[in-house]
Amino acid sequence: MLSVILIPVLPLLGFAVQAFFGRRLPRGGDFVPLGCIGIAFLLSLRIFIEALTAYSADWKMLFGPFVWLDLESHQISVGLLVDNITAVMLMVVTVVSFLVHLYSTSYMHGDEKYSRFFGFLGIFSFSMLGLVIVDNFLLLYVFWELVGLSSYLLIGFWFERDAPANASKKAFLTNRVGDLGFFVGIMILFWKVGAFDFQSVYDGIAAGKVSGWLLTAAGLCLFCGAIGKSAQFPLHVWLPDAMEGPTPVSALIHAATMVAAGVYMVTRMFPILTPDAMVVIAYIGAITALLGSTIAVAQYDIKRVLAYSTISQLGYMIMGLGVGAYVAGFFHLVTHAAFKACLFLGSGSVIHAMHDAYHGDHDVDEQDMRNMGGLRKQMPVTFATFLLATVALAGVPLTSGFLSKDAILAGALGFGGFAHPQHFLIPLFGFAAAFLTAYYMFRLVFVTFYGEPADERVSHAHESPRAMTIPLVVLASLSLWFFYSLNPVGQGWFYDLVKEPPQVALMDAQVSLPATTPNTEAAMMTAGGSHDDPAHRAHYPAMALSILLAAGGIFLAYKRYYNNQKAMMAHEAKLLETSWLFRALHNKWYFDEMYSASFIRGTMALRSALSWFDTWIIDGIVNLSAYFARALAWIQGLADRKIVDGLVNLVADSIIEAGGQLRRVQTGRIQTYVILLLAGMIVLMIARMVV
Amino acid sequence: MALSTLTFYLFALITVGSGVVVVFANRLIHAVFALLFTFFGTAGLYVFLGADFVAGAQVLVYVGGILVLMLFGVMLTNRIYDLQILAERVHFKRSVAVVGVGFALLATIIFRTPWQMVEGVEPASTTVSIGRLLMSEYVLPFEIAAMLLLAALIGASMLASRDNEEGDL
Amino acid sequence: MIGLTHYLVVAAILFSLGVLAVSTRRNAISVLMGVELILNAGNINLVAFSKFSDVGISGQLFALFVIILAAAEAAVALAIVLNIYRNHHTVTVDRLHSLSG
Repeated sequence: MLSVILIPVLPLLGFAVQAFFGRRLPRGGDFVPLGCIGIAFLLSLRIFIEALTAYSADWKMLFGPFVWLDLESHQISVGLLVDNITAVMLMVVTVVSFLVHLYSTSYMHGDEKYSRFFGFLGIFSFSMLGLVIVDNFLLLYVFWELVGLSSYLLIGFWFERDAPANASKKAFLTNRVGDLGFFVGIMILFWKVGAFDFQSVYDGIAAGKVSGWLLTAAGLCLFCGAIGKSAQFPLHVWLPDAMEGPTPVSALIHAATMVAAGVYMVTRMFPILTPDAMVVIAYIGAITALLGSTIAVAQYDIKRVLAYSTISQLGYMIMGLGVGAYVAGFFHLVTHAAFKACLFLGSGSVIHAMHDAYHGDHDVDEQDMRNMGGLRKQMPVTFATFLLATVALAGVPLTSGFLSKDAILAGALGFGGFAHPQHFLIPLFGFAAAFLTAYYMFRLVFVTFYGEPADERVSHAHESPRAMTIPLVVLASLSLWFFYSLNPVGQGWFYDLVKEPPQVALMDAQVSLPATTPNTEAAMMTAGGSHDDPAHRAHYPAMALSILLAAGGIFLAYKRYYNNQKAMMAHEAKLLETSWLFRALHNKWYFDEMYSASFIRGTMALRSALSWFDTWIIDGIVNLSAYFARALAWIQGLADRKIVDGLVNLVADSIIEAGGQLRRVQTGRIQTYVILLLAGMIVLMIARMVV
Repeated sequence: MALSTLTFYLFALITVGSGVVVVFANRLIHAVFALLFTFFGTAGLYVFLGADFVAGAQVLVYVGGILVLMLFGVMLTNRIYDLQILAERVHFKRSVAVVGVGFALLATIIFRTPWQMVEGVEPASTTVSIGRLLMSEYVLPFEIAAMLLLAALIGASMLASRDNEEGDL
Repeated sequence: MIGLTHYLVVAAILFSLGVLAVSTRRNAISVLMGVELILNAGNINLVAFSKFSDVGISGQLFALFVIILAAAEAAVALAIVLNIYRNHHTVTVDRLHSLSG
């Protein structure tokens, strides 16, 4: 119990120490949060080993419930839940967080808000770790918002500049849109079930307390939260802007952990999703996957490419969950956390080197990959790790990305290709995104690391210090297959530990999914499973297809960018003029513009209309009544002046007159007063004696 | 006439006589010194009434404190050669008339009131019981008096200090 | 035998003298001395009643508090007199009539 509580509390402690003493400690106090997250990592490791040795899908530790609030009619209790999913999440979060802390000691070195940065990292780690260990939706929501807050703080870390300040606001507000849905979803469940904790909600739904369209609505509302937090279409717009934050933050929050919170949340609410809701989720995921990967093709900012890649990969995870490939979706979260964090940290390393190389030349965009080139010679470690992570992201065999992505694609193909041909778009989008992912990632690698340096100064770039390369190496090695499964095409321990929960919502479903779909993983695991199982049938075709597509993407990128980056960049610049498609991609499908034209302009138009209404109608009425009041007041004023004032003046004049007479008594000589006083007293006494 | 009666009349005479000097003395400095005797006479009356502590306080505070203050006041408000200056009087006749009527009235009341007399207790040292009362029943007035003295101290030094030339009165 | 009346008469005489001093003297310090006389007259009454009636020792305590007040009053009053002297170069009471109506 204590050790579980300590895992989130330690980073909070680090935050507190940083907040109050950070600046006064040596080295800005960075060792405090680093140590805290290190211990949290060891504690998580213990739990993880416990889960591994138990080696049972049912393994769980439950603490509580403790009554938090007694409302007579309802008791709101909270508790902690550590099961296999939590154990895995704890590992992911603490490993990435620890490495990012370590990396930041070097990357943020010399920043004047150095210690504050570590404090923010601490509060983020606290929120994220708290988010994964709670056992109920209410606390999940609390930590969800805390995560959003710390994300806001970290994106806007360099708030002196406009761009990060605006980006943090955008991220916060966009998330708010999703969180509203999340909250409504929680409230629907609480209204019907009367409890917040996961198990009671599952049981309540299994007992039929919520059903039909309301359950679908609840599921979709909850999913709205995930749309916001995991940057799914149509709320994905904040994530690329969030790249204005420091790069370690991008790696920690906007690649590995926080954005994964949405996916984690979907895994938690998976049992209550109705088939209808799942189809919607699958579509959203598929659209996001394709959308992100298409935009990434036409970006030049190294971090933005990775941001859109993240959006696309999160779409994959959501799609995987939506099509019922529960384990695959969650598995992809884990593998993606490692290699995407590695990619971001690698990009940070590159940016760091570029910053040194260009010596803060403000005319040069240090993050624009057109200003890089040929870095593989100067930065061998960064290059090697970046390449490995890229390969994993592209889904090349022998990497972790291959294992998880392939499983998702197999699930999608099984769902959309075999089981429900009317949903063929989902696997289509998925495979298209797989191809594009391989393409744009290798475009990034070739332009950044191969060819000639774009500028003479770039050739003097040098490798980043040890504190930055060690996390890269660790994360890159975590992108290899054998951590997850000894069989490079099979399924390892992960599939034994994480089992799809029973679908409580399915009982009432009138539509669509046949009972086979939720059992995708079970069937995939046992090679001798039923041959009618669509996911099983899809397994090998999907694998073959994805390898083929990845190879195709890599090859295309190689053809276009390997030798002639300069020419291709010039070509793309021309494309930007001539091709509407490329322009649209470069401008992110004009999502920002659309939102600005619809929601923001709409709000503004409504504001103008209301303003007009206020000015002419409300003010008109007010002014009219004011005229009446003025007329009335004029009449009253007349009466006042002539009659009331006359009386008042009369009284005042007589008082002034009386005062003028009386003031002669006031001589200012105390002794006269004393005599008069005594005389008065004597008169009173005599009067008393006589009467 | 018993000795005690004689003593009383002696003290009463000192008190009243020096009081007369205070009022009618031509020189201010004489008046101040006559006041000294008035205070002593009053202290004697206190002793006669069995109030030894009050008598001690009278001597200490009035003679030791207030009178010295008065002397300082006289010295500081008159140049040293002006000590001869006559203490002038104003409105003398009408004041005497009013005060005379007042005194007559008082005397009438005093003599015509049937006083409920209690047989005086034997004179004993009152210091202990006064101390007890001050620390128990009268502790609040006692503390307030202490605060008052402190305030008077600070106020007096503020008023009399030469620094606050801009402070007007 | 000396009774309450004796003391009261002495106090009344002292009181009248005090009032006379307050009302006729021109010098501010003389006025203050008159005030002290009045206070002493009151004190004699208090102590006398304390002895000759059943109020007990409380009368003496009141006398004590009066002495305390007199001390405070004298200090403040003399400070004021000093200040007046500094500002007006006189302590003659009837020349200080800026409060005259």
